[in-house]
Amino acid sequence: MSQPYRTEKGGQIDRDRKISFTFDGERMEGYECDTLASALLANGVHLVGRSFKYHRPRGILTAGSEEPNALVGIYRKGDQTPNLRATQVELYDGLEAISQNRFPSLSFDIGAVNDLLSPLFPSGFYYKTFMWPKAFWDRVYEPVIRAAAGLGKPPKNPDHDRYANLYAHCDVLVIGAGPAGLAAALAASETGARVILCDEQASLGGSLLSETTATIDGKQPADWAEDTVADLAARDNVTLLPRTTAFGYYAQNFVALAERVTDHMADPDPALPRERLWQVRAKEVVIAAGSIERPMVFPENDRPGILMAGAARTYLNRYGVKAGQKVLVATACDTAWQAAFDLADNGVEIAAIADTRKIVPEALMTIAEARNIKVRTGCVVTATQGRKRVSGALLGHVSSTGAVSSAGDVACDALLMSGGWTPTVSLYSQSRGKVVWDEASGNFLPGAHPQNERSAGACRGLYGLNAVLEDGYAAGEDAAKSATGKSAKCTYAVATGAHAGEGGTLGDLPNDRDASRVKAFVDYQNDVTAKDVKLAVREGMHSIEHIKRYTTTGMATDQGRLSNMNALAIASTALDKPLPQVGLTTFRQPFTPTSFGTFATSSRGDFFDPVRKTPSHQWAVDNDVVFEDVGQWKRSRYFPKDGEDMHGAVARECQVVREKVGLFDGSTLGKIEVVGPDAAEFLERMYTNPWKGLKPGRCRYGLMLNDAGFIIDDGVIGRIAEDRFHVTTTTGGAAHVFATMEDYLQTEWPDLDVWVTSTTEQYAVIALQGPLARDAIAPFISGIDLSPDAFPHMSVATGTFSGVPCRLFRISFTGEIGFEINVPRRHGTMVWDTMAAEIEKLGGVVYGTETMHVLRAEKGYIIVGQETDGTVTPDDVGMSWAIGKKKKDFVGKRGLARPDLIAEGRKQLVGLLTKDPRIVLEEGAQVTKVPDPAKGTSAEGHVTSAYHSPAAGRSIALAMVKDGRALHGKTLYIPMPGGAIEVEVTEPVFVDKEGGRLNG
Amino acid sequence: MANPLYQPDAAEEPVLSLPAISMLKAAPLGRFSFRGRKAAQDAAAKALGFDLPQQPLTAAESSGKAALWLGPDEWLLLAPEDDTEALQAAMTQAIGDAPHALVDISHRQEALIVTGDKAEWLLNSGIPIDLDVSAFPVGMVTRTLFHKAPVMLWRIGDDSFVVEAWGSFMDYVAGLLAEPATELQAA
Repeated sequence: MSQPYRTEKGGQIDRDRKISFTFDGERMEGYECDTLASALLANGVHLVGRSFKYHRPRGILTAGSEEPNALVGIYRKGDQTPNLRATQVELYDGLEAISQNRFPSLSFDIGAVNDLLSPLFPSGFYYKTFMWPKAFWDRVYEPVIRAAAGLGKPPKNPDHDRYANLYAHCDVLVIGAGPAGLAAALAASETGARVILCDEQASLGGSLLSETTATIDGKQPADWAEDTVADLAARDNVTLLPRTTAFGYYAQNFVALAERVTDHMADPDPALPRERLWQVRAKEVVIAAGSIERPMVFPENDRPGILMAGAARTYLNRYGVKAGQKVLVATACDTAWQAAFDLADNGVEIAAIADTRKIVPEALMTIAEARNIKVRTGCVVTATQGRKRVSGALLGHVSSTGAVSSAGDVACDALLMSGGWTPTVSLYSQSRGKVVWDEASGNFLPGAHPQNERSAGACRGLYGLNAVLEDGYAAGEDAAKSATGKSAKCTYAVATGAHAGEGGTLGDLPNDRDASRVKAFVDYQNDVTAKDVKLAVREGMHSIEHIKRYTTTGMATDQGRLSNMNALAIASTALDKPLPQVGLTTFRQPFTPTSFGTFATSSRGDFFDPVRKTPSHQWAVDNDVVFEDVGQWKRSRYFPKDGEDMHGAVARECQVVREKVGLFDGSTLGKIEVVGPDAAEFLERMYTNPWKGLKPGRCRYGLMLNDAGFIIDDGVIGRIAEDRFHVTTTTGGAAHVFATMEDYLQTEWPDLDVWVTSTTEQYAVIALQGPLARDAIAPFISGIDLSPDAFPHMSVATGTFSGVPCRLFRISFTGEIGFEINVPRRHGTMVWDTMAAEIEKLGGVVYGTETMHVLRAEKGYIIVGQETDGTVTPDDVGMSWAIGKKKKDFVGKRGLARPDLIAEGRKQLVGLLTKDPRIVLEEGAQVTKVPDPAKGTSAEGHVTSAYHSPAAGRSIALAMVKDGRALHGKTLYIPMPGGAIEVEVTEPVFVDKEGGRLNG
Repeated sequence: MANPLYQPDAAEEPVLSLPAISMLKAAPLGRFSFRGRKAAQDAAAKALGFDLPQQPLTAAESSGKAALWLGPDEWLLLAPEDDTEALQAAMTQAIGDAPHALVDISHRQEALIVTGDKAEWLLNSGIPIDLDVSAFPVGMVTRTLFHKAPVMLWRIGDDSFVVEAWGSFMDYVAGLLAEPATELQAA
């Protein structure tokens, strides 16, 4: 029979819409609005997985996101998502689910041998078992543990789904749409406040959807919830978010929500994102997270068919599913009785209600009697039977001394349990709230409020439907008033029935068994038993933080929402300390597991980081460029021709630049316009060099230090007018230099009449370098006399390039005649294309950053960040000449006077020539005095740049070497794996030492 | 609602054209960063024909020009592209020796015009600030972040915004704004 455990009628499933799905390949049917868990139970399937450590058969325990056992993989589009909770997976037509952690099959699992071997896996076994022999760790223990560890299999392919992000702001965020949350949203939205109401479930209503014995304003609770949701949905100021988990509560009322947009759809439109991350900044938050029913810790409390009483009630009333045909109810509190009554009213045989309490409320006894339900008070479960499904239980009577005597056995095909309810304080705890122990209820409850939030309803230990509703309304009103200053009158709905129950138990229950042979589970997902917790205490773990890590209790994906209170109680008894003194571990984000895609959102592929392109980008692509990433920029590295490798291309590019002319895109250089009457004064303070004497139309190389006296940036600065400078920075330093300047102006020298504006992207910079550079640009430049006398090296002038305004610099980073054409950015491509065509006529070459590096190294020009590493002074790189000796002050001046910066023995910039001219050194290699230094000898320095130099006809290198300038002509060594390389120290210039080529 | 300064660039295809949202690249525009003290600000008002807005995050517009408050002594001045040089000349003449900085940044930035019922929603896919009209009314302007790119955002109508970014960030900004709009095309 299809769905043998489905009721005849009732529930909020759509019985007209049958849905077909498979579990481990077996085809089954369910209904629209089922979860995978409810559909499996309707088909009589309790066994859904194997436990983590002992591979014990496990069934569906709960009906919510706290589910520890029913973790399944869902197949879709040829890949699977592992570890989804069957209690949250919504059924859709064609859904394919598989069980996990079993081999070869769920019903026959080889790993189950671990259950028999369990004495080998006590708590802390990792720390104890695999200590020696040491060599076994890599080859035996680690591979075996890694193979056995983990649940589920990660997907193999890149995630094919899209993920979205949305920042949202609201006056009141209500988390949880049960009775308290719905009431809070009603009250808050009444004021006109902007309200977001989110709930992790598909339908809003929470516990109301499972409650059939109460009324609200005369309606069934589920109907009232439906009407209320419709009312809220009609309000413009309310955003309703079902299937949306508030998983992280961060600082300043910033709450992260994960909305599952398509997981419930059979055939989702690929235009939709699978999940959406909501980053919500809420003025006020109402946490209405409800509470979670606590398992009872009795022997073999983990067999399939054993589930929470409240969950069984949800399956019955919301999904029309009976947990079994003959049900034993074990409880320590009132609420489980209602589950028994509801099941009995639906034709389920109740084998017995076993309550640990000796005295239970008379009213419950009366109702049980009316239904002919056998009640056993003062009774506990001492054993259960059945491998893949519970088949019966032994009961024990607890005497007044605590001794347990057998009270017979009970046959059953399902066992419902309830140890009471634990308020869900996870989000409150994430908000940095400290919970407070409430002796009366035996719970930790929210204490003081570090952020603008309040808890309402069961999550602050309040029960009874009407009280919870009232609390929700009050919380909503209070939150809206705090957020908006407005109040509005809201009519409170009135509930009858569903009164608060009493009772509850914490910790493990007594039994008459041999303690060493009993497994009473505390943390189901991590297979932690009561015995494990006690062992941890015996072995010296006295803090709950240590017990948690030693046993892994509370470290499962529910973060101990099911297990913590029982574990604490067991530890408290073992330690003979009051429970609150044992403490409670901290709840952390995320509340439930959250997919990586949700965190990544759309930041993937080309959108992971901005890809900044220069005006020559398309030309470069069309001309077979090889790019390199420089920060976020794509820069042309070299342009191979006719199958050249990088070496060949760079050698050719270098040679043609020195012989004829080369074209280079320098647009990524940072540019800052420094303007105002105090511009020169400001630059005097920011750079080591003097600026006041620089004439308009002239340029100077500038060196910038930090306070410590170390080089942080450099660049050529042109004086455009008395009160206007065109500053250039390194590509990588642009943002930092600009921010540093603005920082000094705002905080140190607000009196200066000078302002800085970033012009990096105002100008495209197209550089021509080489003996024919002037010939290349001359046909296009107007308004500037380009003759060497009128426009010598280190000049700047304003003119036009093909009619477009330009700032023309005569500067060189190659040692050749050089020009840099600065034009408004959108004209950059025109200038580039024009010059590319022109240099082709002249036999010139387009070159990239690699050639630029070689050409400047041949001249010994440093690159900040390559020759320097944040600990290098101007003198270290032979640039004392760049320091304005007469200047009173500049950033870094006092740093330069520090004893360690003027001491002997600092590393200095030198050139290195290998004895064998064909060998190119490795950048970063160490420099030593002898070829085979003894172990532990400090290096004399390191290689900073090394290339093959076509102009020198050999390899060249720059290095920072201790007292290097005194070592010119001496021999040093570069120890390498293949043997030391002999090098001669030289001055760091390899081409045109006199610099004559600059001035042609 | 359109702003006369921001006209769609006829040479560019629409980035997005959906019933609920359109996103168009704006035609080139004259832009200046203006910074200076009180005397220069007063003189600038004469050249512009209106006072510089002193209220943080606001803009002032008149006769085809606009001044957008970006900082206590910093404004973005906008003018039609053809008036760029004239505005520069008028400003320079009006301000004279009063300390100030006027820097042409017409080419530094590019603009997107984002219009439609879903404009707020789309922009909030990457901009963390509250764009509800009660918090970010028409006329408000600010610098902010769109994902990892610095942008300037100006609300020019109830459902219309201008997003300016530096030129090399525009592919990233336009692409990442178009991406989440995909779901608006779902059946």
